[in-house]
Amino acid sequence: MTESTLQKSYLGHWIATLLALAVLAAAVILLGVHYWQDIRANAVLYALVKIVLILVPLLLGVAYLTFAERKIIGYMQVRIGPNRVGPRGWLQPIADAMKLLFKEIIIPTNANRFLFIIAPMLSIAPALAAWAVLPFSDTLVLANIDASLLYILALTSTGVYGVIISGWASNSKYAFLGSMRSAAQIVSYEIAMGFALVGVLIAGGSLNLVEIVQAQQGSLFHWFWLPLLPLFLVYFISGVAETNRAPFDVSEGESEIVAGFHVEYSGMAFAIFFLAEYANMILIAALASLMFLGGWLSPFEGTWFAAWFAWVPGIFWLFGKIALMLLFFLWFRATFPRYRYDQIMRLGWKVFIPITIVWLVVEGAAVVLKIAPWFD
Amino acid sequence: MDDFTNFLKSLALWELIKGMRLTGRRLFSRKITVQYPEEKTPMSNRFRGLHALRRYPNGEERCIACKLCEAVCPALAITIEAEERADGTRRTTRYDIDLFKCIYCGFCEESCPVDSIVETREFEYAFEKRGENIMTKEMLLAVGDRYEAQIAADRKQDARYR
Repeated sequence: MTESTLQKSYLGHWIATLLALAVLAAAVILLGVHYWQDIRANAVLYALVKIVLILVPLLLGVAYLTFAERKIIGYMQVRIGPNRVGPRGWLQPIADAMKLLFKEIIIPTNANRFLFIIAPMLSIAPALAAWAVLPFSDTLVLANIDASLLYILALTSTGVYGVIISGWASNSKYAFLGSMRSAAQIVSYEIAMGFALVGVLIAGGSLNLVEIVQAQQGSLFHWFWLPLLPLFLVYFISGVAETNRAPFDVSEGESEIVAGFHVEYSGMAFAIFFLAEYANMILIAALASLMFLGGWLSPFEGTWFAAWFAWVPGIFWLFGKIALMLLFFLWFRATFPRYRYDQIMRLGWKVFIPITIVWLVVEGAAVVLKIAPWFD
Repeated sequence: MDDFTNFLKSLALWELIKGMRLTGRRLFSRKITVQYPEEKTPMSNRFRGLHALRRYPNGEERCIACKLCEAVCPALAITIEAEERADGTRRTTRYDIDLFKCIYCGFCEESCPVDSIVETREFEYAFEKRGENIMTKEMLLAVGDRYEAQIAADRKQDARYR
């Protein structure tokens, strides 16, 4: 029997760790600044720097999205949520990442080793690659290609391979069931999502995300969420279904099939699936903000006090909108019970697809009749 | 007509918005978490935690080795051996409780005619080695000595219901 020991404070350890990280980051930044001319001259290196500048904040965002999720869902359930690691729990995601890094990756007997290892990569690669065409402002975009919407649609669909292959290669019935469910769900909602995007492309008159945002200029009510309200809802709900988030998380279904397609994964391999899921969430939120909520446009545009907010950089509005959409992801998870499998299929095929088709006809009529202020 | 209004309501996501309003309100309500090691929930005076053997105020152990607790124990967790002491009284030479077998039902405490074996409020204990789960007579008496004030107060509070 041991006496209950007093809680030791590890504040010193944390400060030391953060200092070490800060020194490392400072060294990298100083080197980058010192060799900036060389980097700028080398196209490959320059692109690499830009990729890092997108991916590092994205991965940090993913880490803190998990923290925000646990906190917000906790608060909605009248709990506090994680508050032990670091001040008010702010170092919790780092502790989680450390734990996962040091865990063993267990490969099940008779699993297909190659596919088992490659599945998480197939899952994360599209989730990160889609960010290449995402504009953060008129000029701030890694690859400003004309068919960026098409590229994104293609990549988000590719994500399903990671899910299918992981379930198949695991040699486990639960993983297999989870991946089957997930594949059917993603493929079904892809259609409704695609139709919703067709609406955006009619309204924006372009497949280029920068031009789509620019077409929404004017005011809060010029943004596409208003004329395309049903499509906005269908797109966002399909996005929730695409990322396998509650209430569409039958592919995980912890109370039915343990954890779905990633039951057999542990350690970093599991962490990568996790990363992909959250990166996809951020991606869907970012796309919704770009295509329906005016992207980096200020919500006060066109009002008499618009000038007060003129100094705010556009990227701030974009991040605000992304955060709002992400809040809805978490809010849904805290509120709704999981859909039954056949209900998911019913919603996707018999509700969303008809709604989108009807609204495309309405929108087409609006375009022909040149209804102001959106379609003139 | 009813079907039609229901259809419109479901298209407008009415029920879903109602549900989200509820959880949204909870986001701002006061949190009820009890932060355990620092904060604790109130505990009954009848709480059945770690066992203790009590003494009389003069320091004499209460247990008279009647073995009622050993007989009543449904989990057979108690082992007692007794002998006559030099002053002619009957006392235990061995009083072991196996905490792995014990189900903390409190029958031993209820059966005790001299209020010797009791269960205390102590529940935060753990074993690090095999064998530590056996509480010997000395350990039980030590627990009793440590918590006597609390044990006596709890018994006094509960006396009129016994």
